[in-house]
Amino acid sequence: MSTIVLLTLTGLGLAGLYFLIAAGLSLVFGLADVLNFAHGWFLTVGAYAAYWAIPRVGFAGGVLVAVLAGAATAALVELVMIRPLYQRTISQVLVTVGLSLAGVALFQALFSPDARTFPSPSWTEGVVTVLGARVPVKSLVLVVGAVVVLAALLAFLRWTRYGLIIRAGVENREMVTALGIDVRKAFTLVFAIGGAAAGLAGALSGIAFQSIAPSGGSSLLIFAFIVVVIGGMGSITGSAVAAVAVGLLQQFVNYYGSAGMGDLCAVALLAAVLLLRPQGIAGKVAS
Amino acid sequence: MSVKRLWPLGLVVLLAVLPYCGFSLPGIFDGPVNSPGTLQLLALCLLFGGLAAGYDLLYGRTGLLSFGHALFVGVGAYGANVLITKAGLPLWLAAPAAILLGTTVAAAIGAVSLRVTGIAFSMVTLAFAQVGAILAARDIGGLTGGDEGLALDVSGLPGGLVGVVNTYKIYWIALAYAVIVMLIVQRVVSSPTGRVLAGLRDDERRVGVLGLPPYAFKLVSFVLAGALAAAGGVVHMILVQGTDPTVTSTELTLSFLVMVVLGGPATKYGPLLGGIVYTYLDYRLTHVAGSLPGPLKQPLFVLGVIFILAVYFFPKGVGGLFPVKWPARRSQHAAEPVHGE
Repeated sequence: MSTIVLLTLTGLGLAGLYFLIAAGLSLVFGLADVLNFAHGWFLTVGAYAAYWAIPRVGFAGGVLVAVLAGAATAALVELVMIRPLYQRTISQVLVTVGLSLAGVALFQALFSPDARTFPSPSWTEGVVTVLGARVPVKSLVLVVGAVVVLAALLAFLRWTRYGLIIRAGVENREMVTALGIDVRKAFTLVFAIGGAAAGLAGALSGIAFQSIAPSGGSSLLIFAFIVVVIGGMGSITGSAVAAVAVGLLQQFVNYYGSAGMGDLCAVALLAAVLLLRPQGIAGKVAS
Repeated sequence: MSVKRLWPLGLVVLLAVLPYCGFSLPGIFDGPVNSPGTLQLLALCLLFGGLAAGYDLLYGRTGLLSFGHALFVGVGAYGANVLITKAGLPLWLAAPAAILLGTTVAAAIGAVSLRVTGIAFSMVTLAFAQVGAILAARDIGGLTGGDEGLALDVSGLPGGLVGVVNTYKIYWIALAYAVIVMLIVQRVVSSPTGRVLAGLRDDERRVGVLGLPPYAFKLVSFVLAGALAAAGGVVHMILVQGTDPTVTSTELTLSFLVMVVLGGPATKYGPLLGGIVYTYLDYRLTHVAGSLPGPLKQPLFVLGVIFILAVYFFPKGVGGLFPVKWPARRSQHAAEPVHGE
């Protein structure tokens, strides 16, 4: 019993991390049709920003710096690199691919390719007892972070004017443009939101894995892609459901099966979803 | 036949007799061009040129942006290596078996992932390739040697392919691979099937309306490219006398994409040249890295920046800068393959 509770909570922690990456990817794809390969690099930027800031301004301040760094980097990338290629979908993908290669290499040159120990505050390294299971605090931190972001995103999409524009833009961008609304501002906003979530994921991944490396974002990005496709592109709720499914599946199968089997099961789940329901769990609606 | 038609043949003959030429090209290669080190580098360049030309069959010619191409290279390389080293098969049996395995895997994965179009297809191929990378890196079943890779048991190779003195024979294999890939791609592109593939790239719905099944044609392109990649994997395994997980990595697929885009998608010689130049630069930049300042030390930083600039400033690649020079070009608007919504 306690093993199951432990696996469930650590699985949800992993799911939280996937969701934080997938949410931004999914919104950006839903609204702007950009498959953002550089999204993993935003996570790396957040992780290194937190690495720099936590010893200087404390844990909460460090996480805030990571979020701001992620958001600023993403917004800048959208304005400078993505916007000139508006409606040239493949070129946009190519540019983000180039950025992901060059960005990781830049960090390797600046901070060395080796992993660094992350300055996690000591309270995140403890365990708490939940229903008889000794659960690492860091898993719970990831779950809380993801739930807060999920709630904030849903509230933002539902009750604000820009949320309305984004939801409408995901459903039918031409119609929103025809109504005289500048969708491109929403593009920048969505990139910034996605970058902020990725920056948070960077700081929290530092806590979860206790180390950061320049290539850390890229390896998580692939599972985030799987989550986005399973959940349905453009859907935040779909991403959340898919992240939970993939996180739990991976954690349980990796524990009860041999190492690596869980990762394979995540891809098998993707194949199954594609065969049965090619548009994903939730289709293309931002809700 | 005019002189124009004969120059590729002349170039191949020139490259084929290179191992007998003792001259040096200072600044370009260390040592004479027929030294084993230079021939090894040239073989790598030709191999990746061929692999890039095979990838272009998908990306430039059919408009399929696959992020899983490295998987088939990995299946070819690991397949042949495991059959030789673990099962004790000779190369002449292991190589066709590995290529057949790669083709089968490509057919299975293509059948599933082509059910979705556009960017979703890219993501799905990426996910499948990740399975290959995980299988190779985690050493499932004790076959692949994990992160360290699997050194080739050279007793399974014909004696003429073992040892530094025989590098020139492996160079010939790489040259033959590049030539064969080019011939196959040219043959496909100029066939009726190739015209359907170009039609799929430009407007998939129109092909459907004409009564041709887009799915079947895309699958043909995917499987053929997968088979060529698996063959390239076998050559890579012979060339480096072993296999490690980098041949299954997403980074390898991304580098194919960079090669093709830099060289010029859907141009006759662009992808081949892109692959050769990329591989050469990657090697040379690593070589001179110590003397360069800051981020220039990382070859991928330089290549990534060049790639980004190329997307903005010459989207048709180097091959697209000289469009009139190449005979029998069929398509002028190939830089931006159109994907289904």
